[in-house]
Amino acid sequence: MQRDLLDRLLRLQAAKRPAALVTDLESGRQALVEVGEVGDVTGPLALDETEVAAAVSAIHDDRSMLEADSNRFIRVFNPPMRLIVVGAVHIAQQLVPLAAAAGYDVTVVDPRRAWASGERFPTVVLVAEWPDEALRALAPDRRTAIVTLTHDPKLDDPALDAALASPAFYIGALGSRRTQERRLERLRAQGFEAADLARIHGPVGLDIGAKSPAEIAVSILAEIVQVRRAPPAAAEASQPEARP
Amino acid sequence: MNESPEAKATPADDVLATAARWQDQGLKVALATVVATWGSSPRPAGSQLAVDENGRMVGSVSGGCIEGAVVHEAQGVMAEGGTKLLEYGVTDEMAWEVGLACGGSLRVYLEPLD
Repeated sequence: MQRDLLDRLLRLQAAKRPAALVTDLESGRQALVEVGEVGDVTGPLALDETEVAAAVSAIHDDRSMLEADSNRFIRVFNPPMRLIVVGAVHIAQQLVPLAAAAGYDVTVVDPRRAWASGERFPTVVLVAEWPDEALRALAPDRRTAIVTLTHDPKLDDPALDAALASPAFYIGALGSRRTQERRLERLRAQGFEAADLARIHGPVGLDIGAKSPAEIAVSILAEIVQVRRAPPAAAEASQPEARP
Repeated sequence: MNESPEAKATPADDVLATAARWQDQGLKVALATVVATWGSSPRPAGSQLAVDENGRMVGSVSGGCIEGAVVHEAQGVMAEGGTKLLEYGVTDEMAWEVGLACGGSLRVYLEPLD
């Protein structure tokens, strides 16, 4: 790999912009395909329109692969998946490093400055604003997971409202079954449809009997991974009630 | 929004940045990339491993089964230049010797960092 291409790729990664590196496995020549504001191709390997489209499609599917019927490999470099945690609570303190280790870019939102302090969250981006405003500014996309942990409807509900308006691939809300029922009633009264409400995972996390904040964080991250990676049938089969 | 430090990338996932840093230190570096897998290969296509001339490595191309062999091949690529396509799998007796016991097979592309 040429160093100038590597440096360009590293700059794109730092700017959180998606890219794909196409390598001809015979000649070793490479081209870097960028999407977003600048949709261009750099490097010594010439790509035709179909090949650029294949690279863009691989970026969209987040899947590195050999080009069909050719000896060219498309390596996708997408920016990290994002996790937005609403509620700078104890569980959030445990969830932040776990999710970061799994490759997520984590943001914690809480307007209560006593909770959202740099001392409590030294390694993460903190947003001390109301969740609905913060979420609108953060613009969750289909590579974003959102988890509400405050237990307080004044904070969780506006967050869920904004989350449901986004294409986030995962929305989870902490709270017991009873809390979840009441929450869904309130959101229904606000006009959300059953299909919207079905997007909210609550009680949040896989049922692994988690008790401590760290264990609950494990169960939440496990559920996010399951939703992202497992086909729906497999996810259903792993629910405890479906086990023999 | 408050200005706070960005969550740091996990060093183990920081393969390309580490490769660049090694080269900046004056070391020769090679990159290995999984380009195809069959069966139950532990790491998907796109997984990468960087190796320096001293055999130091970051990232992975398997669950630890073939890294040793790839690091060995990488020394040749760093010394002589050019690229290599390596195959490991159950049909390859060498693969058993280097230990891809998981039953999958995979193709790894090896290139020097120029």
